Amino acid sequence: MRDTPLSNCERRFLLKAIEEKKRLDGRETYDYRNIKISFGTDYGCCIVELGKTRVLCQVSCELVPPKDSRPTEGIMFFNLELSPMASPAFEPNRQSELSVTLNRQLERCLRNSKCIDTESLCVISGEKVWQIRVDVHVLNHDGNLMDAASIAAISALSHFRRPDVTIQGRDVTVFSPEERDPIPLSIYHMPICVSFAFFLEGSYLLVDPCEREERVKDGLLMIAMNKHREICSIQSSGGIMLLKDQVLRCSKIASVKVSEITELINKALENDRKIRKEGGKFGFAESMPKQRITTLKRDKAPVEMTDVEETASDIVNTTETTTEPVPSPVLVGMGTAQVGEGIVNSWGLDEEEEEDDEPQTEDTKTDEVMVISDSEEEEVVILNEVQKSKKTSKQK
Amino acid sequence: MAGLELLSDQGYRLDGRKASELRKVQARMSVFAQADGSAYLEQGNTKALAVVYGPHEVRGSRSKSLHDRAVINCQYSMATFSTAERKRRHTETLYPRSQIDIYVKILQADGGNYSACVNAATLALVDAGIPMRDYVCACTAGFVEDTPLADLCHAEESGGGTSLALALLPRSGNIALLQMDARLHQDHLDTLIEAAMTACKGLSEVLDGVVRQHLEEVSVLTRD
Repeated sequence: MRDTPLSNCERRFLLKAIEEKKRLDGRETYDYRNIKISFGTDYGCCIVELGKTRVLCQVSCELVPPKDSRPTEGIMFFNLELSPMASPAFEPNRQSELSVTLNRQLERCLRNSKCIDTESLCVISGEKVWQIRVDVHVLNHDGNLMDAASIAAISALSHFRRPDVTIQGRDVTVFSPEERDPIPLSIYHMPICVSFAFFLEGSYLLVDPCEREERVKDGLLMIAMNKHREICSIQSSGGIMLLKDQVLRCSKIASVKVSEITELINKALENDRKIRKEGGKFGFAESMPKQRITTLKRDKAPVEMTDVEETASDIVNTTETTTEPVPSPVLVGMGTAQVGEGIVNSWGLDEEEEEDDEPQTEDTKTDEVMVISDSEEEEVVILNEVQKSKKTSKQK
Repeated sequence: MAGLELLSDQGYRLDGRKASELRKVQARMSVFAQADGSAYLEQGNTKALAVVYGPHEVRGSRSKSLHDRAVINCQYSMATFSTAERKRRHTETLYPRSQIDIYVKILQADGGNYSACVNAATLALVDAGIPMRDYVCACTAGFVEDTPLADLCHAEESGGGTSLALALLPRSGNIALLQMDARLHQDHLDTLIEAAMTACKGLSEVLDGVVRQHLEEVSVLTRD
C-alpha cells in the first residue's frame, strides 16, 4: 500500500517551523527523543524505543564452516527487516530502497568497524566457527530508523551470550545454558549512528528527525562513532551539498550524543544484569508499563461567566417556537401507512429520467398504485389486495 | 594485509607514489556512437566506463516522473562481480517529466571504484550535453600513521585502514557525497577531508583538460 503523500501545506508548515528553529514535538535542534532500552528474557534480545520508533533486535548463533578466505574468523550476518506493521508504506517481502540502504548502513557500521572480535568466534580453524546472526525488525516507524537500529544491534550484541564449547581433538562439545554458563561476546567498542537531516538547501540541520521531518528533508548525513571519539562510518545521502565545516561540526555534535547514548546502553545492561542476578523478574513483559491511568486532561480555559443568565434568557425568549409536530400516520391502504410527506428530491436528477423508469402500464390506475420510494433503482409499488393483475414490482 | 608497509620511511607508498600523489588519469569521451554521451576513464589500474541516455520520456511507471524536474537513474555494475545497484536521485530542475539514465560499468577494479565511476559519469554527462553546475570529481583518501594518502589503490583500501570517498564540486567546494569506513579518530577527520578535497581539485583540472581537448578534436573534425 502506498504511503499517504505529504500535502503541500504540511510541507510548508514544517519547513517554516524549521526555519524558525521550532520542531513539532518541542525539541531543540540537537535533542534526541526519549530513548528506552529493554531486554527480553533470552540473552540477545533487545527492544529500543526512540520516541515512538520501535525496533527489535535478536542475536543468535550457530556453528558453521568458515569462509574460505578467512578460516580463522567467525562470521557476522546482519539482516534488517522493515515489517509491514511499522508503516503502511512497507510491503512484506519487498526489498525497497530504504531497506537496502539501511541494511548496507548497518553492515558498514558494525562489520567494518570491527567492533566484535571475530577471531574469538573461531572453534576449529578451517572447520567450525560461530556465525553470529543479528536480526533487526522495525516495529514502528516514526523516523530515524538507522539510529534506533544501530542502538538496538549493539545493545543486543552486548547482551548476547553464546554457548560454551570445549574441544577435544576434533570433537566439539557444545554445552547448553543449563550445563555451563554461556559466554558473552568480546566487543571492542560500541559504534552508534547519529543521523543529521538537512533542510532548505543544507542551511538547517536537525538531529534525530521524526517521520514528518524526514519526509521534507533534503538529505541525510549519518555519522557512526564510538565513545572513544573514533568515527566508524560517515555516509552522506540525498542530493545535498555539504561544506567541510558542516561535516566537522556534525562530527562534534555526534561525539557528544554518542557518549550520552553509550552511557544509557551501559546503564540498561547493568540494570538487566543486576535483576537477573537477584532473581527478579526481567523481560519485555516487565518493562512494559502495566498500570496506567488514562485521563483526558484539559487545560483550564478562561470562560466569561458574567451575564450568563441574562444572555441565556434573552436567547430563549427570542427564538421562534417550534413548528407543529408531524401529524399522525395517514392510512394509505390496507396494511400501509405514511408518515409525513418527504422532501423533494434534491439530487438534481432530471424529471424526465424518473418518469421513463416507470412503465406506462402502471400509470393507468394511479389511485391504487402509489410509488413511495423515489429512488431510480428501486421501485416499490404498493399492492392493493383487490388488484391482483397489477402486480408489478421492479427491483434492481 | 599485514607485513606490507603502506608508507615507507622515505614517504613512498606501495606503488612508488608520494603521500598526496594521484594515480595517472586518462580519459576519452564519446567512445560510443549510439549513446547520447559516453566516457571511458582510467585511474591507475581502475577502469570505468559510463554511458548516458537522455533526457527522454520516463520509461516504466508514469508515477515515477516528477512534474517539475528530471529523474536520474543510475545503474552501477562491476564486470567481475556483476553486482548491480540501482540508485535514483532527483536533481536538475530542468527537463521536467523526463528521465536521464546513467549506466556505469567497472571493467577493472583496483581501488577507488566508486570515485572512478563518478568521474566517468561526469565526463559522460558533459559529453551528452546536459548542463551541469560544475564538474563532480571524486577521489578516495586514506590515513596511515598521521599522514593522509590520496587516491588509494586496492591494496591500501583493503589493508583495513581508513578510507574516505569524497565527491566534490570543485568550484564551490561543496561536498556532494561523503562516505567513510573503518575507524578514524575525530581529530584526524579535518586533515583527511582536506587531503581528499585537494586531490579532487587536482582531478577536476585533469578532467577539465580532457573535456577541452575533446572539444578541440571534435571542432577540428567538423570544421571542414
